[in-house]
Parts: sequence; C-alpha cells; structure tokens
Amino acid sequence: MRFLLVEDNLELAEAVVKRLGLDGHAVDHAACLAMAEDCLAAADYDLILLDVMLPDGDGREFLARKRAALETPVIVLTARSQVSDRVGALDQGADDYITKPFDFTELEARCRAVLRRRGGSARNEFKLGTAVFDPNSGTIVQADQTIDLRNREIRLLEVFARHPGQIMSKSQLLDRLFSHDAEVTENAIEVYVGRLRKKLDTVGVRIETVRGLGYRICP
Amino acid sequence: MITQTLSIGRRLTLLLGAIAALLAFLSWGMVSSFSGQAAARTQDNVLAASVATIAETLRSEQGTVRLELPYSAFAMLGAISEDRVFYRVSVAGETLTGYDDLRGGRIPEAPGEVLFDTLEYRGETVRMASISRVVLAGREGASVTVSVAQTRNGIAAVTAGLSRTAAVLSVAFFVLAAALSAIAARASLRPLNEIAQSVSRRGPSDLRPIRRPAPSELAPLMTALNRLMDRLGQSIRRSEDFITEAAHRVRTPLATVRAQAEIALHTVTGEEEKRSLRRVIRAVDESSRSAGQLLDHATVAFRAEDLDRSPLDLSDLTRAVVESLSPTAEMKDISFAVTTAPAAIRGDAILLQTALRNILDNAIKYSPPETTVSIQVTRAKAEVQVEICDQGTGLGAGPVAHLTERFKRGDNVEGVVGSGLGLTIAEEVMRAHNGSLTLRNMTKGGTGTCVLLVLPSA
Repeated sequence: MRFLLVEDNLELAEAVVKRLGLDGHAVDHAACLAMAEDCLAAADYDLILLDVMLPDGDGREFLARKRAALETPVIVLTARSQVSDRVGALDQGADDYITKPFDFTELEARCRAVLRRRGGSARNEFKLGTAVFDPNSGTIVQADQTIDLRNREIRLLEVFARHPGQIMSKSQLLDRLFSHDAEVTENAIEVYVGRLRKKLDTVGVRIETVRGLGYRICP
Repeated sequence: MITQTLSIGRRLTLLLGAIAALLAFLSWGMVSSFSGQAAARTQDNVLAASVATIAETLRSEQGTVRLELPYSAFAMLGAISEDRVFYRVSVAGETLTGYDDLRGGRIPEAPGEVLFDTLEYRGETVRMASISRVVLAGREGASVTVSVAQTRNGIAAVTAGLSRTAAVLSVAFFVLAAALSAIAARASLRPLNEIAQSVSRRGPSDLRPIRRPAPSELAPLMTALNRLMDRLGQSIRRSEDFITEAAHRVRTPLATVRAQAEIALHTVTGEEEKRSLRRVIRAVDESSRSAGQLLDHATVAFRAEDLDRSPLDLSDLTRAVVESLSPTAEMKDISFAVTTAPAAIRGDAILLQTALRNILDNAIKYSPPETTVSIQVTRAKAEVQVEICDQGTGLGAGPVAHLTERFKRGDNVEGVVGSGLGLTIAEEVMRAHNGSLTLRNMTKGGTGTCVLLVLPSA
C-alpha cells in the first residue's frame, strides 16, 4: 500500500516509515501541511495518516478544508485519548483515528477496516498461484470459489505473500500477528499456520516448514 | 449554598406597604379632624344665627324689655340634629326668660358680637352662643344678653360617622396600595428573574456572554457576570490546551520509542534481545494506557459535576462505540454480537461513550481469541440496560465488588496490560447518571464476565 504520513516529529515519522516499510508498504512523509498538499498533488495514495498538531496548522482544519476534493481515506493520529477529540476528528471527515503511541498491528487493522469500507483498490491484491488474495476483504478468490479468512489468518498470509520464498521465523511472525498486550507463545503460530494450510489446500499454494528456522510460502 | 436574606421583592412590598399604611392612617386622621371641625363650625353658625334672630325680636314696651320667642330660631337648630336646646335671655344679669341656671358663658362686650363657649350643663357638654344687645327701656338702654346652648350628641354622631367612613376608605386605600406594591415589586424584578432563568437554562459548557437587554441597574452585574464567564472560559480553554499539549509531548516520544522498538524487534535475531524489546513495548503501552485513563478519569470527574443531560439513544451510542472498537477486536478475531432496542435516555454522550469504551476495551483485553463479546441493550419500564458479556476467564475467585475501586485489578489478570481504572471510570459515569454498574461471573454456558449497566430511561 502507499501511505502519506503527515507528521512533524521527524524521529517518529522516520520510525513509522521504516516500520511500515518492513511490512512492504511505501510511505511518503510530509512534515507540514504545505508539504502534504504538494505530495497529494504529485501522487495517488491509498491512505493518509494525519497528525493533528502541525507547525503550519491544525490537521483537522486541513481535513475539513480538503475533504470535498479528497477521495483518499484519512486516519487521524491523535495524542489525546479523550472521546471528545476523537468525535471531533470524525466529524471533520476522518475515517478513523488512532491514539499515539499506536500498535502497528492495530494501525494495520484500522487501515484494512477503512479500506474495506471504502471499497478498496486492486493494487493491494496478491496473486497466489491461480488465486487472488485480497487482504482488505480477507478473501481468496479462485475461479468461482471464495475462501474467507479470519483476521489472523489474513495477516499471516499477507506476511508470506509479501515475502515470497523467504523464510519467516516463528518469532518474526509472532510480532506481526499479535499486539503486545498479552503473552503469546510461539505455539500459537503453529496453530494459525496449520489452519491457513488447510484453507490453502485447494489453491495449490503450500506453506513449507523449514525445520529449526521457520516457514516459507511456495507458490 | 448561598445564605438567603429577605428577598428584594418582599422588601419592596413591605416598604411600599408600610408607606401606604402610614398615608392611609394620616388621611384618616385628617379627614376625621376636618369633618369634626366642619360639623362644629356648622353648629356654631346655626347657634349664631339663632341668637341673632332672638336678639332681633327684642323690643321695649312700656319701659320694659319684651321678648316674643321666634320658634324659627329653634327650628333651625332642630335642622342639624335632635339635640336638646337651652336658652336664656337676661337683662343686666337678671333672667328675663329661659333657663335661669344656664350661666357661665362669657358676656360679649360689644353689641352684635357673638361669643361661643363649650361648657358642662346638666351633666352634658353643650355649645353655647351668646350675643348682647342694648334695648332702650324707658330712658335708659338695658343690656340684654341672649344665650342659646345645644348639646353636642348629634355633632359627635356625625363626626364619628364621617370618621368611620374615612377609616373604611383608608383601609380600602391601604389594601389597594399594598396589592399594587406587590405587583409593582414583581414587575420591577421581572428582568432580574428573566436573566437568572436564562443563565440557569444554559448547558454546563455554555459560557457565552449574556446578550439579553437589561435595565441600567442590572448592567454592572451583567458585565461582571460576563467578564467572569469569559475568564472561566479562557481558563478552561487554557487547561484543555495544556492537557492536549502535555499529552502530545508525552505521547509523541512514546510513539517514537514504540515504533523504534518494533523495528528493532524485526531486525534483531537474539531471543533474549527480542524478549526485552517486547518488554519495552509492553511498558510503553502500559504507560500510554494509564495516561489515557487518567485523562478519562479527570474528564469524568470534571464533567460529572455539572452533567450535560441531552436526550440521546443509548443503542445508537453503543453501536458507535462498538464500531470504533471493531478493528481492535478483529485483531484477536473477536466478534461483537450486538442486539439493541430503542433506548431513549438523558445523559452526557462523551461520558457514556467513555464508560462503554472502557468496558468493551476490558472485554476485548481479557477475552481469548476467536470468541464473541455480546452486547445487549434492552429496555424495561423505567430503565435501560446494557449487558456486556465476554467469554474470557471471568473475574477470578476473589471478591467482585471491589474491582470498580481505583487501581484494583482482578487476581487472575497476570500477563495482561492494564491500569485498573477502566471499571472505576465506567462506574463513576453510571453514578453521575443515577445508574449503576454490576459485575458478575457468567454462571451458565462456560466462563466469562458480565457487566450490567442500568440507567433511568428518559
């Protein structure tokens, strides 16, 4: 996916760009509203991550101003957890909000939910053998057959699909699949891999176990 | 609470009433005294006319003074009342005719002059007029004095009657004046009441200046009130700005730390390092969560003091909160089963959302993946209920009631990030709305926790 991140804190922005990059997303960074305008004029984005407090204005006012001409969904990054603030952001045309500091699995979940509501775009689909996997809707479509995946299965498959042929360790998968608010053991990964294998049976895509190292996908 | 002194309206009424009473009393006194005087003067005039008439008829005949009493002189006295009349005509002190003992009055010196006296006669007060005249009897002129006296009962009766009428009129005047003063007091206080009402009708966060027209006496008060509201508004805005700014400054670096830790987690290979990075992330989450809940807690305490009671539908509100938390639930493949019914209540939308969000947050946090959290909004007679049940591990064996206390957590929550404020916040919101929050362990169909919220319906 292609993101536009509007955030004036450079360290945070850098970290977000890098972290989303690890998941295979392309992120352009704008440090102020003026730069954001330039980016929006030059490129087409799947999603905008918009900070509220920016050096050259309030992100929500920018949103209210641009909303009519802007088709790209917007997720507002807010530092405040108060409901009033969130309601305000939604009223001004944001599709959703997320409170800093945010969990990237949650950010991804929210992005997916927003894109699903907006109808999504073909750009985010993956070809898996003869089938097409759409992580936003959580489906694998093959000929006239549609397979529905649960959220963690979607994320697992997305990780594999973005890194075809690459071995993913259990620990790597663990950090992408689970937010860190509860202790999860690596055994859980085996459970989800097992389920995903079963669902991919008919598609002709295999998830291989590489003993001692992890898993990889073989188209 | 303000110590209430005597109301301005009552003060005005009492003051105006007292003035009216004084005026009524004075007017009664004056009318009675004038009418008494007028009656006395009338009697005097009639007595004067009577003695003059009698004096007119004095004649001298063969050297002696003769008198033929004209009855008209007494008839005119009878015209004013039924009082008894006495008379005496004396020549040089010798009684010629009439009551010999009717003496004691002054004898007028100059002829034609009428003198009046009030004296006691035969046990009664009488008014007496006397006139002197010189009548030629033979060669010498004899000084003749004519006196006519009349009792004063009639006059007293007339005076008393007039005074009574005056008293009745004065009382009527007083009653009317008192009623008018009450009306006047109320009318002149109406602008004050209107302003008081328009201020008390306002919502808790409405700090706009009062713009309604006011009498000049109230202008200083209104100006002071508006200035106070302006200052209050500014200080609220300042503290809100401060909280926003402080939150921004704390949370942005936390977000950086978290993002960096996640990046590191993906690049380091050592299990030991990964474990400590995960610990860092958990610590960041914990502190940001606590900060958020402390803010929520402060908001609840602040807003609950002067609760906004707008009409709203709890079902709509619940669905909105559920929708905003769906992505978070989805991450654990937890689904929400929502059943709602129209549930009109009066309350503060922001507070109720905060309460629901905290409860649902808990439900998601303590539920195992791929379970269902059920939310049921129902309506019974005078109350609206929201029951939120999860399929988690329940509340543990410890006592349940204390879990809504500040920073108290269940005894089976190890390994889950939490601050122990969520339920406290929710319960405080319920209490502010005259509702309640009850916790219980699910009893049938597996384990789990149920939170029951009860609110009075609108």
